[in-house]
Amino acid sequence: MHELSITESIVNMVSDEVKKRNINKVTKINIVLGELTGFEEDSIKFYFDVLSEGTPLYGAELNFKRVKAEFKCRNCGMIYNRGNFTFKCPYCGSSGVLIEKGKELYIDSIDVE
Amino acid sequence: MEIKIIKNVLEANNNIAEENKNIKDERKILMVNIIGSPGTGKTSFILKLIENMDIPCGVIEGDVASDIDARKMAERNIPVVQINTGGECHLNANSINKALSSIDFHDGILFIENIGNLICPSEFELGEDFKLAMANVAEGDDKPYKYPLLFSKAKAVVLNKIDLLPYFDFNKQYFYDGVKTLNDKAEIFEVSSRTGEGFEVLAKWLKEIYNQYMQSK
Repeated sequence: MHELSITESIVNMVSDEVKKRNINKVTKINIVLGELTGFEEDSIKFYFDVLSEGTPLYGAELNFKRVKAEFKCRNCGMIYNRGNFTFKCPYCGSSGVLIEKGKELYIDSIDVE
Repeated sequence: MEIKIIKNVLEANNNIAEENKNIKDERKILMVNIIGSPGTGKTSFILKLIENMDIPCGVIEGDVASDIDARKMAERNIPVVQINTGGECHLNANSINKALSSIDFHDGILFIENIGNLICPSEFELGEDFKLAMANVAEGDDKPYKYPLLFSKAKAVVLNKIDLLPYFDFNKQYFYDGVKTLNDKAEIFEVSSRTGEGFEVLAKWLKEIYNQYMQSK
């Protein structure tokens, strides 16, 4: 459910671009999605097909670039990705801190005809 | 042909959130966005906290449907405005914009009780001064690991239902480690809305934040 409003925003923003630039057809939308955002690609795709119907966006491929969250170990300084139910450093087992990465949610670019 | 866009998907929402910030600053309101799962105890927590505050407090109640929570506030003469989202799982900046224009409130703390959900409310900025994330002993100690975005953005984390600690295998160290890894600066408070434990400390902290805010205006 919660992907609906995100997908609406994506459709609106790209539609604005389409109008502004007189674009006939959008073939691909490149979206950057951080690991920490809880959004499901499949749900966004599902809503996109419904919301874009009858617009130059319909049929466009949604291409997601996932950005992993990164942590820095407080002990050994290594940069690492999280485990399933742990944030501990996989190299030395100590605690780390989140580096500002993984919260991304933006439209990078669109491919048009 | 590729056209670069590089725009936050939530740009439209964020612009209205900025507007909300100006509106509430003009009215000298400290706005706190309270986010937690359904049944975590957001409403009883707000009621208890207001009891402990000697500053005027108001509430924006977000619910998918019903006005049960808003009525509880109104019964105690707390200024309250209800937002029903009709299915949407989070409050957005636009709904807060409308709520701000319909509530007669200034010079105080306005609590926003967001929709019970740990995912989407974390994503939508409302123009608040800060987010307060709520977890509770009964729902388990793994919440920071499962819903990292919320805990990474919250200025305050409240662990509610602390009176249930003897009855659950809640590993406090694991919970605290998770929060601190995501957000070193987060203040963590342990409370029980049932017994009133922990509210004095929290109210004192909030009052300090409020005083700092008022001095900056």
